[in-house]
Amino acid sequence: MASLTNPTTLSTLTHHHHQPSSISTFTLFNSPKHPSFTPLITHSTITTNPTVFRRTPTITSATTNPSPSTSTASFHGTCYVVRDNIDTDQIIPAEYLTLVPSKPDEYKKLGSYALIGLPSSYEQRFVEPGENNSKYSIIIAGDNFGCGSSREHAPVALGAAGVAAVVAESYARIFFRNSVATGEVYPLESEVRVCDECRTGDVVTIELEGSLLVNHTTGKQYRLKPIGDAGPVIEAGGIFAYARKTGMIPGSLQVLVFCSFSAVLWTRIISKLHIQACR
Amino acid sequence: MATSSFISTRLSSGPSIHTPISKKNKLSTKIMAVMTPQTSDRKPSTTGSVKTGMTMTEKIFARASERTQLSPGENVWVNVDVFMTHDICGPGVIGVFKREFGDDAKVWDREKVVIIPDHYIFTSDERANRNVDIIRDFSNEQNIKYFYDITDRGDFKANPDYKGVCHIALAQEGHCRPGEILVGTDSHTCTAGAFGQFATGIGNTDAGFVLGTGKILLKVPPTLRFVLDGEMPDYLLAKDLILHIIGEISVSGATYKAMEFVGTTIETLSMEERMTLCNMVIEAGGKNGIVPADATTFKYLEDKTSVSYEPVYSDAQAGYVAEYRIDVTKLEPLVAKPHSPDNRGLARECKDIKLDRVYIGSCTGGKTEDFLAAAKLLLASGDKVKVPTYIVPATQKVWMDLYTLPVPGSGGKTCWQIFEQAGCNSPNSPSCGACMGGPLDTYARMNEPQVCLSTTNRNFPGRMGHKEGQIYLASPYTAAASALTGFVTDPRDFLH
Repeated sequence: MASLTNPTTLSTLTHHHHQPSSISTFTLFNSPKHPSFTPLITHSTITTNPTVFRRTPTITSATTNPSPSTSTASFHGTCYVVRDNIDTDQIIPAEYLTLVPSKPDEYKKLGSYALIGLPSSYEQRFVEPGENNSKYSIIIAGDNFGCGSSREHAPVALGAAGVAAVVAESYARIFFRNSVATGEVYPLESEVRVCDECRTGDVVTIELEGSLLVNHTTGKQYRLKPIGDAGPVIEAGGIFAYARKTGMIPGSLQVLVFCSFSAVLWTRIISKLHIQACR
Repeated sequence: MATSSFISTRLSSGPSIHTPISKKNKLSTKIMAVMTPQTSDRKPSTTGSVKTGMTMTEKIFARASERTQLSPGENVWVNVDVFMTHDICGPGVIGVFKREFGDDAKVWDREKVVIIPDHYIFTSDERANRNVDIIRDFSNEQNIKYFYDITDRGDFKANPDYKGVCHIALAQEGHCRPGEILVGTDSHTCTAGAFGQFATGIGNTDAGFVLGTGKILLKVPPTLRFVLDGEMPDYLLAKDLILHIIGEISVSGATYKAMEFVGTTIETLSMEERMTLCNMVIEAGGKNGIVPADATTFKYLEDKTSVSYEPVYSDAQAGYVAEYRIDVTKLEPLVAKPHSPDNRGLARECKDIKLDRVYIGSCTGGKTEDFLAAAKLLLASGDKVKVPTYIVPATQKVWMDLYTLPVPGSGGKTCWQIFEQAGCNSPNSPSCGACMGGPLDTYARMNEPQVCLSTTNRNFPGRMGHKEGQIYLASPYTAAASALTGFVTDPRDFLH
């Protein structure tokens, strides 16, 4: 396995470029998103610079259809805390909606504007000026996260900025649905008001298998709610994969989809990973 | 006033920046509302005890998924009757569609797709203009029957196909029909529920799926029932009704639920007023709003569609999650104060709020009847407005109505004549306009931290442009009254 401390080595694997395509390659992916995951780094190797890893299906297992099993994926990184009723205008203000999420360069730009609509009472900016990515990979929110407009640009902007997951007290339904459909961010619900007990900058880990949020900075742990009805769709890999799996769309597209987009999927994964250690 | 005992104590707080707090904390026994809690013994459908009675939303789902019976909470694949997209989401939808179904794929039904440029039209922003080109190319390639194109941005009237705001265009062009399923890439797609159909907003990826298959996976929502009775006071409009409801149940009070509006008051509302009501269902988190179709609906549709439709109605034994009864004669004109649509306040209690501008427009408050209402109030006063007052008709048809329809009681004057006499700005090109800010050169965009009262639907921070701008949402009557004084003003000051 190429050394993960030298990201350029891994990136050479990704150079079969397909035509510019959508960022939502997670939804194309044939296999369930996380059942056979092996996270590239376990959270026991926490360093002073917390890093981000995403759930990453390995290419070799993608051709099979593994049965859904308990997930081994986890998300680890620094969190950014927001309050209640963060509407999609705050997540991505309307003036940036001319950017088309399915165009790769505009997808990247959306990331640079993620949460730029938050009022100035939020002292830390989510994305630094001039950057495309945020140093915060997990968002912790209060009630009704993502309310307002149905713009899919909202979960897309967050995903493009490097957000792996959101832990909110509750979601507005269109945002939740868009998160599941695109695979951009993993929308989790907490059982208590975690936004009252976490501070921006805290180092946290989310363990999907145990439905747990661990705040390493405060030492506290929180139960997360099960994903519910969205589970089968997320497990299948998004709405299109789920439709193919359940026979709603002809399955013969499956192979074509995999071949065409697996490389693009890797490109996306690598570009979002900040890699530090070898598996 | 006798009515004050019916108003929540929250309303009496002075004008202030709304600080979002946990909705759980807001449940207080101090609230004495005009709306009473459930008193009938309808069984909630979520218990599963109701086997045969279905709400109208459930019936629409059943028919669309070819089932005879279903219950809230079930996930079903439904057939879509009409799919709508516009200029800001269309390109993304097309990207998903081609990626998933192939570059040569065809949409599932070229007559059921309605593509309406309306958001960022009259701007020099290159990407915005390019996005209209993208949806045009796609419409040509797919031979889309209903593409309301605009090519000459300098003069909207030079574009015979161009309509304007998608939700109003859908209604005016006869795409809304009782009993059907309509989905669109805009949260205010719920407006069409006024026609007794299921209509809701979806994102690009779901939309790409619909384009290719004509189906969508939806969870059957449980229904909240709102019974509005009483003769509508002549100083209230549907906007006041929905602001009252949202203020009562909060911005997440209807999440994942259908909001069904019935009652004697509803039966007297025109189609456009019903559209205003259903339009803001999303502001309460609602999945859809719905009003039973009746003679008013059928009359409206007579000259607009020849497609046959079959209305549905809730069974008497249908189950509801909750039922609210509202006596509209007890309500007063309202505003939603910054920065949330549920930050309800009495217009008369906000009379010290100084305004920098008034905006009358959008799918919520820019329809013909909205302007007729504003004109009626301005006429009653005879005065001139004290602040810049922006008039943005929703569609070409509305624009024409401003210049041709006589305002009742005016001796034949048109809306525009009355607006002009009162010193309002000339009506601008029909589109979504500044409701959501948009590109920096959008007409009436709030580019400075000002205080604006508008007939639009959202007032979250930065909604109309500037992050520190303050937006008060209100009815067209309240907007006209406020324009006349330069302060938030109860329309009764002019209407009685």
